[in-house]
Amino acid sequence: MKEFPTSALPALLVGLPMLLATMSLFFRVKGRALLGVLGSFLVGSLAFFAFIEVAKYGTIIHILGGWEPPLGILLRIDPLAAVFIGLTAIIGIFISLYSWWYFRARIASIGRFPLFWPLWFFLWAGLNGLFLSNDLFNLYVTIEVITICAVALAVLSGEAKALKAGLRYLLAAIIGSMAYLFGVALIYGSTGTLDLNLLGEVLKPGNTKTFALIVITLGLLIKKAAFPFHFWLPPAHSAALAPVSALLSALVVKGAFYMMLRLWTEVFEVSLTFAAGQLIGITGAAAVLWGSWQALLQTNFKLLVAHSSVAQMGYLLMMFPLLIMAPGQDADSAEWLAPAWTAGIFQVMAHAFAKASLFLSAGIVVMALGHDRIESLRDLVAWMPMTAMAIGIAGVSLIGLPPSGGFLAKWMLLKGVFLSGQWWWAPAILAGSLLTAGYVFMLLRLAFAPARVKDPFRPVPKILQVCALLLALGSFLIVIPAENLIQFLEGSKSFGSGIESIMKGGGYGNE
Amino acid sequence: MKIGTYEIYSLTSAILFAIGLGGVFLAKHFLRKIIATIIMGAGVFLCFVSFAKRDALTFADPIPHALVITGIVVAVTAAAFALSLARRIHKLTGEDTFGNEK
Repeated sequence: MKEFPTSALPALLVGLPMLLATMSLFFRVKGRALLGVLGSFLVGSLAFFAFIEVAKYGTIIHILGGWEPPLGILLRIDPLAAVFIGLTAIIGIFISLYSWWYFRARIASIGRFPLFWPLWFFLWAGLNGLFLSNDLFNLYVTIEVITICAVALAVLSGEAKALKAGLRYLLAAIIGSMAYLFGVALIYGSTGTLDLNLLGEVLKPGNTKTFALIVITLGLLIKKAAFPFHFWLPPAHSAALAPVSALLSALVVKGAFYMMLRLWTEVFEVSLTFAAGQLIGITGAAAVLWGSWQALLQTNFKLLVAHSSVAQMGYLLMMFPLLIMAPGQDADSAEWLAPAWTAGIFQVMAHAFAKASLFLSAGIVVMALGHDRIESLRDLVAWMPMTAMAIGIAGVSLIGLPPSGGFLAKWMLLKGVFLSGQWWWAPAILAGSLLTAGYVFMLLRLAFAPARVKDPFRPVPKILQVCALLLALGSFLIVIPAENLIQFLEGSKSFGSGIESIMKGGGYGNE
Repeated sequence: MKIGTYEIYSLTSAILFAIGLGGVFLAKHFLRKIIATIIMGAGVFLCFVSFAKRDALTFADPIPHALVITGIVVAVTAAAFALSLARRIHKLTGEDTFGNEK
């Protein structure tokens, strides 16, 4: 790792939000909100600066305290991490702005939730830490920081429903992290290192590694609410306050996905088989179909959006079977790897923007109506045209109609699927889009229908609607720099790389 | 396979982990579920510590101990948080299980 330029940037990206979170505890409610909004711009510009630096110099590392790995901890920001940090910063700024006005507007009825700001900045520190980490144990610590902050944010309203959903979320997350840690222990026991780069070199296929891979993957699948383990997500995400739901759905679940992507492509290459990829793909396809179908059946706006998250996260898992070469295929000549990676990254970004926008819109609707039953959305277009537009635009991106970011993601996924010859994923992708169109148009039909009551909506601050609309537009705007972004990402070690199946080496068995 | 201290520790840790995992899903009461996660944690930490003394090394590897200390702190925090959530739910609704919902 010597050849990379070192810089204090990675340390600052974790340290600054943590400092802001601690500082905000010393302020009263009003100062805390102001500090929060200013701080989000500060962290955001730091992330932007880091992005520019990475574009200029490539991967940047920081060795904490001057202790070199394997003993010390190394933070590295490569193009893939830079994209995730940038995404977190953009979404984070919009959600911070929205929260400022949201908590001000709600002061009379419920309260201002002063704990939101410190928790959100600790969460941000955790997310940045996760994207920067380069060893297995650091990843564990950061994902625990994220989990605890996320659960605390989810139960912020203090209502019994949210508390129950939060406890279920916390228990599921603890199981996930314990399974992950068990895998880490096994890997450390057999290799004596935790550094991702070193592990990628020294890890040999064997029963211990296969078992470690299985428990780590299971743990991460629980954390990212993949199909059979999604039970905790809809109640937790729908019972939280609107800005919190947006944070949880847009950013927190992406953390576990990022970890899985890193570990599978950089560490576990040697232990993966074609069948493992297919299995992950099947859970992804099941999540797409089941989540979209459940979303179609919901009568509450926030529950609908939460179930849609389960489905959209499923698309991300469908990227994994394409990364693993079938026996007899060669990663160097596989031209579907670039589309598959593009699909994954753009699905992450498009979903983050669209889902944040939808949850913020849901918050506006709740504020205007006092509840979020879908049939009360009638005549939304006349009363709150901006929110109706935000829901429409975000919905279009979720369905994957051109020219949205969602379209690019799903189109590239389909391209990858057909190029690799794994055509059996295509029906699930298309059916998922069709079901998504079903629930989005169900919302829009009601928004255009005439109202049944007089003055159905209470007035809501305009700025909240602007935030939601801008985020929805963001899911379209990300398509414009797509070409440059892909070129930028190609500087990342893992981007575009495939995983060669171990079968050809025949090196099974314990060393 | 010769059964030495190392094997006993490893087996115990796997059994503890399985007991905990089963407990989280099978137990109904919040407290039992939370205690089950702590048992899971104990299994993982035992596994970690048992790796400190491997055949190749003549001394005990200090890194697993450092990791386990961190892990214990995190686990205690999570358990304390879960307990306070359970207590608040009990105070608000009088319930101590998730009820009929899964």
